[in-house]
This record gives sequence, C-alpha cells and structure tokens, in this order.
Amino acid sequence: MGLHHEEEQHPELLHHFAEPEQQRNAASLGMWVFLGTEIMFFGGMFCAYLLYRHWYFGDFGAASKSIDATLGAANTAVLICSSLTVVLAVWAAQTARRALLLAMLCVTMLFGLAFLGIKGYEYYQKFEEHHVPGPSFSFENVPVPGHPGEYANPRHAQIYFSLYFLMTGIHALHMIVGLGIFSWLLLMAWGGRFTPAYHTPVEIGGLYWHFVDIIWIFLFPLLYLIDRHP
Amino acid sequence: MADHSVSAHSKSSPLKLYFGVWATLLLLTYVTYRVAFLELGPFNSVVALVIAAIKATLVALFFMHVWRAGEKFIKAVILTSLFFLLLLLGLTMADYMTRPWS
Amino acid sequence: MSATNVVPQQQFERETYLNKVYGMWSWLLTTDHKRIALLYLISITFFFFIGGFFALLIRLELLTPAGDLVQADTYNKLFTQHGMVMVFFFLIPSIPAVLGNFLVPMMIGAKDLAFPRINLLSWYLYIIGGVIMLHCMMTGGVDTGWTFYVPFSTNYTNTKFVEAGIAIFIAGFSSILTGLNFVVTIHRMRAPGMTWSRLPLFIWAHYATSIIQLLGTPVIAITIVLVACERALHLGIFDPRLGGDPLLFQHLFWFYSHPAVYIMILPSMGVVTEIIPCFSRKRIFGYSFVAFSSIAIAVFGFLVWAHHMFVAGMSVYAGLVFSFLSYAVAVPSAIKVFNWTATLYKGSIHYDAPMLYAFGFLGLFTIGGLTGLFLAALGINVHVTDTYFVVAHFHYIMVGGAVMGYLGGIHFWWPKISGKLYPEGWARLAALIVFLGFNLTFFPQFVLGYMGMPRRYWDYSHMPEFQVLNVLSTAGATVLGVGYLLPMIYLLWSMRYGKPASDNPWNAAGLEWKTSSPPPTDNFKEEPVVTWEAYNYEELDAPPQALEVPVG
Repeated sequence: MGLHHEEEQHPELLHHFAEPEQQRNAASLGMWVFLGTEIMFFGGMFCAYLLYRHWYFGDFGAASKSIDATLGAANTAVLICSSLTVVLAVWAAQTARRALLLAMLCVTMLFGLAFLGIKGYEYYQKFEEHHVPGPSFSFENVPVPGHPGEYANPRHAQIYFSLYFLMTGIHALHMIVGLGIFSWLLLMAWGGRFTPAYHTPVEIGGLYWHFVDIIWIFLFPLLYLIDRHP
Repeated sequence: MADHSVSAHSKSSPLKLYFGVWATLLLLTYVTYRVAFLELGPFNSVVALVIAAIKATLVALFFMHVWRAGEKFIKAVILTSLFFLLLLLGLTMADYMTRPWS
Repeated sequence: MSATNVVPQQQFERETYLNKVYGMWSWLLTTDHKRIALLYLISITFFFFIGGFFALLIRLELLTPAGDLVQADTYNKLFTQHGMVMVFFFLIPSIPAVLGNFLVPMMIGAKDLAFPRINLLSWYLYIIGGVIMLHCMMTGGVDTGWTFYVPFSTNYTNTKFVEAGIAIFIAGFSSILTGLNFVVTIHRMRAPGMTWSRLPLFIWAHYATSIIQLLGTPVIAITIVLVACERALHLGIFDPRLGGDPLLFQHLFWFYSHPAVYIMILPSMGVVTEIIPCFSRKRIFGYSFVAFSSIAIAVFGFLVWAHHMFVAGMSVYAGLVFSFLSYAVAVPSAIKVFNWTATLYKGSIHYDAPMLYAFGFLGLFTIGGLTGLFLAALGINVHVTDTYFVVAHFHYIMVGGAVMGYLGGIHFWWPKISGKLYPEGWARLAALIVFLGFNLTFFPQFVLGYMGMPRRYWDYSHMPEFQVLNVLSTAGATVLGVGYLLPMIYLLWSMRYGKPASDNPWNAAGLEWKTSSPPPTDNFKEEPVVTWEAYNYEELDAPPQALEVPVG
C-alpha cells in the first residue's frame, strides 16, 4: 500500500496513533460526527419552522414572497460553485498540484464572500422595508397569495421573518467560520504543508464547507419559495 | 485491496464526475426556481423538497465522497442523525396534528 | 499511620502520568486524558459542593412550614441554581468526563483519546461555562427553575437568565466534544483483538451516552439561542400573544432534557457493570443483552420526552403514545437489572466499598425506575405532576443511581488513578451513611408528593401536617451531606498517606488493570493484544495449571 514507507518520516503523525491511515480516518470520522450534531442544531429551528409554516401557511407565503427569490437562487448557485472549487481543491491536494490548490482555496473564499455580500444586500433590503422583527416591524396590507381579499397577519409574518433571520443568520455564521477555516488552510497550503500523503485538513475543512452548502440547499426552497406562483 | 482499486478508479476520472455533478446541481437549482412559479397546489412544496433532497444527496455522495467511502460507519452517522431529526420533527408534529382544538 | 513509612523508594522513581512533568502549566496545558480527567474531577467536585450547599439551604427552609429562613425570591433562586449546577455542571460531566476520560482509552488499549487537544478544549469550555454560571449566581442569580420554561423566562423574570443560558450553552459544547471524542476513539483506537464483543460494558455504556450527547445537546443549544432571542427581541416564536406556542419550547427542551437523564444514568450503569462481576468473581450474565440494552436506552430515551408535558396542554392522543413509549424504555432498564442480579447469583460476593455502592445503586435505581413507571402512566402522572413525588423519583435516579455509581467507580478505580489504596473501613462506613442518608432524605418525599405537597413551594404553612416528613427529609440531607464529605476527606488523605496500590488490587479483569498503578503517560509499556473475552473471572481465579489452556 505504500503507507509503511511514509509513516517513518511522517512529521504529522501524532504520538497516540499507530499509523497515518488511522489518524486520517479518525479525523474524518470526527468531522462527520460533528456534522451529525450540526444537523440536530439546525433541526431545532427546522422544527419551529415546520410548526409555524403548518399553522400560518398563508402568512408565511405572503412574507416569503416579499423576499427576492432571484437573489436566493443566485446565492444557491454561488454556493454550488464554491462546493465545486472545494472538491477541486481536495483533488489538487491529493494529486500534489500546489498552484491549483492555492487557486481553488482562494476562489472558494471569494465565492464565500460573494455569498455573504448578496446575503448582506438582502438583509439591507429587509431593513429598508421594515421587515426586521422588532419595534419597527411593519407588514401591513400584504395580500395572502391565492386568497384574494385576505391580508397577512403581521404577527405571524413576524414569526416568519424571525425564523428567516435566525436560520440564514446562523447559516451565515457558519459561512464566516468556514472562511476562517479556509484562511487557515490557505496559510498551511502556502507553507507547503499538504502532500498527497497528508492533506486531512483540506478534506475535513471541505466536508464542513459542503455541509454548510447542504444546509443552504434546504433553506433556499423553505424560505424563498413557499408560495411563489401568482 | 478493495481500497486500492477504488482509489485507482477515482484517480482516472474524478474531474468529469465533479463537473457533471456541479452542472446537475445548477440545473436542479434552476428547475426548482422555475417550478416554484407554477401552480401545483400542495405539490409545490413536495417538488421543492424532493429536489432539495436530491441536491443534498448529490453533494454528500460525490463532493463529500460518501460514495467511495469504504467506511460504512460514516453512512451510519448520516442516517442516524437524519433519523433523530425525523424523530424530533415527527413526534413534535404528532402533538400538533392531533389537537382537537387550535 | 506508620504504614506510610514503608513505601519502597523505587515506587516514586517509576515514571507515571502524575510525576512525568511538574508545574501548573504541565496540568493546564496537558493533553493527557488521565490528567484532564483529574482536572475534571477537581472542577466537578467543586460544583458538586456548590450545588449541595444550595440543596442544604432548600432543606433548611423546608424544616418549618413557614417561609422563614429565606425570602420567596431567594428560595426560587436556590432551587434553580441547585438544579442548573447539579445537572449541567456536575451530573452530565460527572462519570463521562472523569472516569470515562480516564478509562475509555485504557480499557480499549489506546494511548489516548482520538483528539487529545479537543479533550482539553472541552475542559476549558466547561470551565468557561462554569465561571459564567458562578458570576451569574454571585451577581443576582436566576429564578426560572432549571427548566427555564417560557413565557416566564422570556417575558417575566427580571433575573439573569441570559447569562445562565450562555453558561449552559458553552457547557453543552463541552459535553458534545467529550461525546465526539469517545465515539471516534471507540471506533478507531481499539487495540488489536479488542473486538466489539470483547469491549468492557463500561465502554458500551459510554458509547450509548455519547450518542445522546451528540444528538441531544445541539437541540438544547439552539433552544437556548431561541429563548435568548425571544427574550431580547420579542420575536413571538414562543409567545402566544404574538402567535407563537410556548409548548414548542417544552418539546425542544425535553427532547434534550429527558435523554439527558440517560446521559447521567448510563455511565453509572457502566460502572456498576464493571464492579458487580469483579466482586462476584463471575462473568457478567448476558453480555450482549447488557450491551445492546445500553444502546436501546439511548434510542428509546429520545421517544418519551413528552411525558413531562402531559398536563401542559398537548394533544391527548400524543399523550397516549408518549405514555406507551415511556413504558417501553423500562424494558432495557429492567434487562440490565435482571442481568446484574443474575450475575450475583451463586457468585462469591465480596463486600468491599465499591460493591456496597453498586448494591446501593441497584436498590435505589430500581425504586427510581419503578416510580418512573407510575409517572409514565397518564392518569397517575396527572395526579402527581409537579409534586414531591416527581422530585423524589428523579433524585432516586440522578442521585441514588448516578451519584452512587459515580462514587462506586471513584473508589473502584482510585488505586489506578492515584496509585494509593483508600482506607477500606472508612469507605464502607461512608457507603452505608450515603445509602441511609439518601433514603431518609428522599423516601419521605414520595409520601409527601403522593399526599399532594407541590414542588418549588417555600412555604407550606397551610398544610402543617407535612412537617414531620419534611423534618425527616432535612435530617436525611444532613446525614447525606456527611456521607459525601467523608470520601472527599479520606480520598484526599489517601493520596498522601494511603498504602501504595499494586497494579491490580481487586484482581479485576480489564486492560486498565494490566498496566501499572498509576499508569505511565502512554498507558501501556507496549501495545496490548487482546486474546480473551471481557470479564474472564473464571479464568483469572482458576488454579495456575488451568491457565495453560489456550484461550480464545
């Protein structure tokens, strides 16, 4: 397998592991288990979302319609592209293409920043429209989609916007953490720390990034596309 | 041995796979965006969620390499977490859906 | 006292995890799981006595029917902080973070946990959470009850709920990281030959515990975030006036907090499963049943949470389902009790202190578990909701069960941890005092609760007939306090004056006893290879010639 040659001169092997393979497996398993806990962390919010969407479907539809779905779709595309660049970065690390690795890490971070920029613009719009929950919240006379003559209950719409800001906010927080991880990966890659034999940090950092992408893949239809049709 | 052949296989053509998955994901995003504007009644939510699930599965299988992970336990971790998420959602909603009032 | 002078000199010269390096920083920056276990031991003992201090004040207040010792507000803060400190800063980290940290790598033949630095991080998170909690308590405290139900915690209380919430949030991540470390370690770091069916049942119990820590704790974390946001911004998620539902909070809260009971009791069951075979000199009865009942408890534990909400206004149909499912969790618990009893049967039983604690655990856990069945029954639950019956029930599980197991485990592995023997006579006396004091404290509360005394009341002057039982309970708490102080004193004493322990003073099975006491930093001189089944006491006790027969 070739592993036994490498392990003697392997500087990254911690003392309590028998071989690099064991260390690599432990690290990726640890990240997967952590992502499992993340599912449950977001799960609490999904639970609240499910209940109130079930109770206040019309109000949620009206509130969802006030958000720019094109921006949401654009952000989905941005994240999908960033996932591609992450997987290319992992491939570059596996196949010892240092320049490609550095480039892909940089592009991933640029996509991440673009996502946050679009997100920030969306928040700015909501702020301007007084759709941020709190004392200045206002959602008067907004028709319920599919029910002519009915208007959304502002309180119920406020619950939608609370969940919208909480879910996208905590997701954005995860993106910022991801950017931090990738900055660190970039520094390590710049220093030439990754080899085909040792690139576990790129792999598990990538796992984290993909997971944050997956969360967004669900947030997009749940928050932006509730009841869009005219 | 099995590990060896898998990694040899993945070295030959991962790029094609990665770009293919990427294009599919973008296509599905476009589809979900357009379908949301059609009148499908309750099926709007169903279609949106099914597409989201397909996209998430694609990312997990091919970008997160669950497909070629020799490790069964990683799949078990994912399925266990999803199972407990469903328990949380399902049993909570079991209360709300069976209230005679409200 | 004279025995201390005959310690052979080379005992001190051998390098162990305790004397390899000295100095404060060698402890505060250590990544050795054994040292981190000791850091945890010190810190959770500190919080145990803080929580115990609050408990003593509660019992003193209830000595007389009138609310005369403290104000009503102070009393609310006392029981809230007693609960929060005991649950989040003592019981949940107790056995996993101390004994689990110390023993999981050794029992499976590993040099350390998979992520030693994350292990240290988990201790620091615990300490940060603990310091915030202490600050919160010293600058005003919280009065929401440890369950911090909405809308009281979001809209009405003017005490420091958010600070306490932050403390619990951070301590929760410490718990998640411990569980993550255990799962990966048990999967990845087992010594050659240590198959799943050869694992000590302590490991199975900790594996099950870790599942709950990993899948439950994130839900309480996000619940705390939601409550804090609701409190700060009045979003309406839990506020019925704004269209929200307070019961949603209870669902999310109990989704974690009911399984959290199993975070406390499962490790304790693991400890007892190690102690009973050792002091009966028998293989555990029904190994795979005990192993899988741990996993079953972890899974079923997630299906029963709404039995805390039967009177809260949830659907009656859901109540029926949750009542039924609550009975289901009794099955794996009963399987364990039967297997422990069957292990004792025809064993040659030694009544050493760890075994006394294990016996205490068996009896108290059984009472606690059976009264749990009362509470699972929809009808009786309505009658005794929020009475002292509930208080007595969960103290039988969490103090009678979890703390008995914890103390038993501390005594059982003390020779391994410290390299010294504790004074056996004192330890047996303390075990007896704890058992008697515990029953005296909490058994009257079953009666009180069934008669209708509500929990969390500071004044019962309208019901003076409750006083006799309350006096008994307070007297018991005093005895119990002495019982808890004793081990702390003689264990500390033994660290300096105790007789040096041999590598395996109990002649116990298990890899942790095959290394020296205290172990070297890397646990084993050479990587162990396991060729025998767990709990092979028949082989250990067999005459020497029988040992020649190849095993496994």
